[in-house]
Parts: sequence; structure tokens; C-alpha cells
Amino acid sequence: MSEAEVKMVLPENAFEKLPEDEKNNEFIAMKSRSYFQDVWFQYKKNKLAMVSLVFIIIMILMAIFMPMFSRYSYEAQDLANPNALPSAAHWFGTDKFGRDIFIRIMYGARISLSVGFAAAAINLVIGIVWGGMCGYIGGRFDMILMRIVDIIYSVPTLLYVILIMLIFGSNMFSVLLAICISSWVGLARQVRAQVMSQKEQEYALAAKVLGASDMRILFRHLVKNSIGPIIVNTTLMVPSAIFTEAFLSFVGIGISIPMASWGTMANEAKNMLFSAPLQMVWPVSAICLTMLALNFIGDGLNQALDPKKRSR
Amino acid sequence: MSEKPILSVRNLKTYFDVTKGLFSKKQIVKAVDDVSFDVMPNETFGLVGESGCGKTTLGRTIVKLYDPVEGSIEFMGKDIANLKGAELKAYRKDMQMIFQDPYASLNPRMTVGEIIKEPMIIHNIYNTDAEREERVVELLRIVGLKPDHIRRYPAEFSGGQRQRIGIARALAVNPKFIVCDEPISALDVSIQAQVINLLENIQKEMGLSYLFIAHDLSMVKHISDKIGVMYLGHMVEMGKSEDVYHRPLHPYTTALLSAIPIPDPDVAKAKSRILLEGEIPSPINPPAGCPFSTRCPKATERCHKEMPQPIEVGGRMVACHLYER
Ligand SMILES: Nc1ncnc2c1ncn2[C@@H]1O[C@H](COP(=O)(O)OP(=O)(O)OP(=O)(O)O)[C@@H](O)[C@H]1O
Ligand code: SF4
Ligand SMILES: [Mg+2]
Repeated sequence: MSEAEVKMVLPENAFEKLPEDEKNNEFIAMKSRSYFQDVWFQYKKNKLAMVSLVFIIIMILMAIFMPMFSRYSYEAQDLANPNALPSAAHWFGTDKFGRDIFIRIMYGARISLSVGFAAAAINLVIGIVWGGMCGYIGGRFDMILMRIVDIIYSVPTLLYVILIMLIFGSNMFSVLLAICISSWVGLARQVRAQVMSQKEQEYALAAKVLGASDMRILFRHLVKNSIGPIIVNTTLMVPSAIFTEAFLSFVGIGISIPMASWGTMANEAKNMLFSAPLQMVWPVSAICLTMLALNFIGDGLNQALDPKKRSR
Repeated sequence: MSEKPILSVRNLKTYFDVTKGLFSKKQIVKAVDDVSFDVMPNETFGLVGESGCGKTTLGRTIVKLYDPVEGSIEFMGKDIANLKGAELKAYRKDMQMIFQDPYASLNPRMTVGEIIKEPMIIHNIYNTDAEREERVVELLRIVGLKPDHIRRYPAEFSGGQRQRIGIARALAVNPKFIVCDEPISALDVSIQAQVINLLENIQKEMGLSYLFIAHDLSMVKHISDKIGVMYLGHMVEMGKSEDVYHRPLHPYTTALLSAIPIPDPDVAKAKSRILLEGEIPSPINPPAGCPFSTRCPKATERCHKEMPQPIEVGGRMVACHLYER
């Protein structure tokens, strides 16, 4: 290469200034997706959780609409046609009073699902408020309120249940009360731990420096940031409440007959276990499938909400 | 110039009780111990010191995140110790903070727009959401971000961009004073200068005062009018930025300066590096006498027994026995 080539002179106008907006050497790191969009994207990857979700949605729709359009009701007896096997008229057959089992399962779904979701909602509210305040305020206040939680936790649930049933009788209200009275403590503990670890984070301090009220910091910032574990915990509370209701009704201290709950249906079917075993199969499968599906949904959410548990 | 300081800190002490368990011996961290300084309007006070010397604690005490055990903080001539209700809210509007960690200081569940709007909602600055939105766009422009960033989440931004969002949030309430707690030490070197320039421009345009915290003197030299050097909760030297940087008095400042790498090898050779030996003593059991005596190359018998009091030497403050007569 000769000297002349190296000394090539560049024309003055060979370079021009970059436009202002291209100078920025920092760049957007990731595609825009909100938190819940992201969670849904992750959730969809889990086949079992998706199937379970569809199952539960269909179940909810049927529980709401089937009884409206059916010619049978849960209590109408047809003594001429007891213990019938499944047929076109009675899809799941009839029980010993000739009542249509399919429609009774649908009514049972109404009870089970509403008990499950109501219990979860009540627990959600109490757990967040109690745990959130303990974690945020801390100190002596926290100490006292958490000791109360410990005491509630240490008394066996069955004891509450029996006491409540004695006082309020066997009905939907006492079942709900019995389920809710102690099951919120787990959530409260979890929320408290989350809030405690989050409140020293700089974004929470920033909110305080900006003049945000304690309520705002606690609910808009701290609880909102603990939403993942809260959702998972609440979702898993639904099947456990459904099971408790079914169990109480099965042993005869829950929902009382002739109301159709899966628990009472299983109870009635147990006398016919050998002559008409199918009658036991329906309510038990309903309970099992629903609980399984709800647990799968909980697991799916758990995975989708916690980046560390994601399988890629 | 006989201007009044906008912020005046006197004999401030912030301690933390770190006693473990109910029956063990009481343990106190003296994170900030007897610190005094003034910040003038439109000026920047640079605060430097090694990690753990109490810079963040001092800054957070000033913005009222921590309560001091002793001493006073006066802001615009008013003691802030017992502010309540509307007065406290007014103080929170005038006094803002930019945080050290750009990843932890933005709520990951809120969009950039929500983050910057929140202070306006808290302080009822605008009536309609449209007005607030307009202001957010303006703030984004001021800090060098684009209007369409408004609906994005913090996770989508780089560290430097997040720090800009933090700055926009602090500016949203039109503060008079901002405590900048190591706003650039978590950033890439190439981006540090950009953020410093941004802060300087904002200061000029809006007439702000800063308390600018850093652990490295070279970072604060350009932006600061005055510099204070902290060691183990104490202010050991304080003076005009030029003076402290070019003619350090305190042995600790000298050591800090010698740790700064110098690009010119000739100058670097001439200026020998003073190595700080030993660990920083724990603020739970600070050494008797001068806090720096365990590592000071010039320590004498007296230094281990007697705490040096701050004295004035040539228009600045230094706390060291060497300068007493
Ligand atoms: N909330 C707290 N409770 C107990 N001790 C604390 C608390 N905050 C800070 N400390 C202690 O006080 C001392 C000063 O901490 P501080 O965070 O103010 O230092 P710093 O100068 O900001 O350090 P860095 O450069 O690492 O940010 C440290 O020893 C620290 O462990
Ligand atoms: S007082 Fe003594 S130990 Fe402390 S800095 Fe001065 S010379 Fe060093
Ligand atoms: Mg710090």
C-alpha cells in the first residue's frame, strides 16, 4: 500500500450529524407486555391447567343455566321410577326417590362452587387486611395480632365447626362461617411476610417521600406487588373449602337434606352402595374432578406468576 | 454573599437499634453521628465516603424517612422535626429524593405514566387526568425519554432510562431540593455523564438545590459547589469543591483522592497511591478517639484517645488533630 493511498483525504461532507433521536445509545430492552398479559401467556403454556380452566368454566355455566332450562327440579320425586339407570330421560339415572341425579349434581355444583368462591373471597379480604396491617405497622401491634392468629390456628377446625353448628344450625351460613373462621390465617401470614420484605424496598420509600398515605403505600404498592402469591393461595383455598363443605354434609352436619349438595348426595348413596353403586360414583366424581381441576389451576397460576418456577 | 442556606443541618445523629433478641446487650449503630452542614439555594452539596459510612442514612433522615435521635434539620428557615398534616405534605412536595438502585426504586407493576402521575394525584396538582398526562409527557421530554414510553413498564428500560424515570417522578411535584442518593453509581460509565448533565441542566432551569451523594470524589467534583467527606458517620472534612479536591487536608480525603486512577502515567507516578489498610471499623463499636485512627497513616498517640473536634482552616472545616495548634 503506498503512502498516497493511506493519506486519502475524506471530503468534508462525507459525514453528517445523526438526528437527535438516533443518538440515544440506550434502547428498549423488552417487548411491551403488562404483568397480567405476561402471566396469561405463561399460563397458556400449561396444558393441564388450561384443560382444568375450561372444565371449571363449563361447570360454572352449567351450574348456572342447566337448572333454569331443565324439566326436573332437585326435590321433585318420581316414586314410580326409583333407582333408574342412566337413560335419555335421566342422564345420570334417578335416586331412591326417583329424583333426577344429573340435575341434583348441577344444584350441588351451585352449592359447592358458591361455598368455594365465597370462602376464598372472604379469606382474601380478611387475610390481606390483617396480614397487610401487621406487616406494615410492625412492632407491638404486629406481635399482638399475630399471637391471635397463632391461637386461632392452634385450635382444631372441627371444634369450631361443631360449636358453630350447635349455635347456628346446619345451613349454608354456618358452613361458610366454619370454613372461613380459621382458613384465612395462612393467607394473613403470607401477606404479612410479603409486605414486611417489600416495605424496605426503595419504591415503597419513594412513595413515602412523595407524600403517599400509609393506606396508599400498603394497598397500591405493597399488596399489589405481592399479588402473585396471594392469587395462588386464594385459588387453592377454593378446592379446600369445597372439600370441607362436602365432608361436613357427608357426615350430616353441613347442608341439610333435601338440599342437594355433593356431600349429602354421597351420604344418601352410601346405603345403596351395593345395589346401586352408580349413585355413589356421580357425586364422588364431581367432587374429585372439581378439586383436581382447581388444584391444577392453582399450580398453573403458581408457575405462571413466579418466574423462578417457569419451565422453559 | 450573605444568602441564607436553604437546608441547614446541625449536630444530626441518627442511630439504629440492632439489638438481637430480647435479653442480649443493647447494640446501637451510630450511622450518622454529629453531622452539621449547610446547603445554599441553587447549589449542590456533594457528599462522599466509603460504603457504609452513613451517606444514605443522612439523606433519608433529611427526607424524613428516618427520625434523628438528636440535632436539627432546618429547611427554608423552618425546623422539620415535628411537621404534621398539611405542613408535612408541603415539605414532602418541596423535598424529593432520587434513589440509589434504579431497579428497586420503581414499582414493577406500574406503568411509567402511572409512576410519574402518582405524585400529582397525591398532591392534587391537576384536576383532570388529561392535564396530568400532558405534564407526564412534558416531564418525559425534559428527562430525555419519549412520549410513547408512557404506557410501558419499568422492566422494559435500561438502568439509565429507569434513573431518568425516577428523576421525572421527583420533578413531578416541582420540588425545591432533591437528595440524590448515588444516582449514577449503578449505571454504566458511558451513561453516568449523561445523567449528571441532565441533573445539572435541570438544576439551572428550575433553580434546584441538590444534596448529591457518591462514594467517589471524582464523581461529585464537577457537579458540586461544596463537598463534604464522611467517615464512619462523621463529617471529617468540608469545603469548596476545588479546595477539597486539589488541596485535601484530612488524611482520609487524601487517601480517597489517591485511589482515583489518573489517565496520565507521569502524573500518576508522581502522586503516590496511599493504600488504606485494614477494614472499616464497625459502626457498632467505633474506635475510641478519632474514628479514622485505626487506618490513618499519620495517627499519633493522641488520636487513639481523643476525638478531634471540627475546626476551621482556611475557610473550610476539618476534624483532625494535625490542624489544631
Ligand atoms: N435500617 C437500618 N437498620 C440498621 N442499621 C442500618 C439501617 N440502615 C443502615 N444501617 C447501618 O448504618 C450504616 C450506614 O449505612 P448507610 O446505608 O447509610 O451507608 P452508605 O454510606 O449509604 O453506604 P453505601 O455506599 O453502601 O450506600 C451501615 O453500617 C448500615 O449497616
Ligand atoms: S486525628 Fe489523627 S487519626 Fe484522625 S485523621 Fe487526624 S491524624 Fe489521622
Ligand atoms: Mg447508600
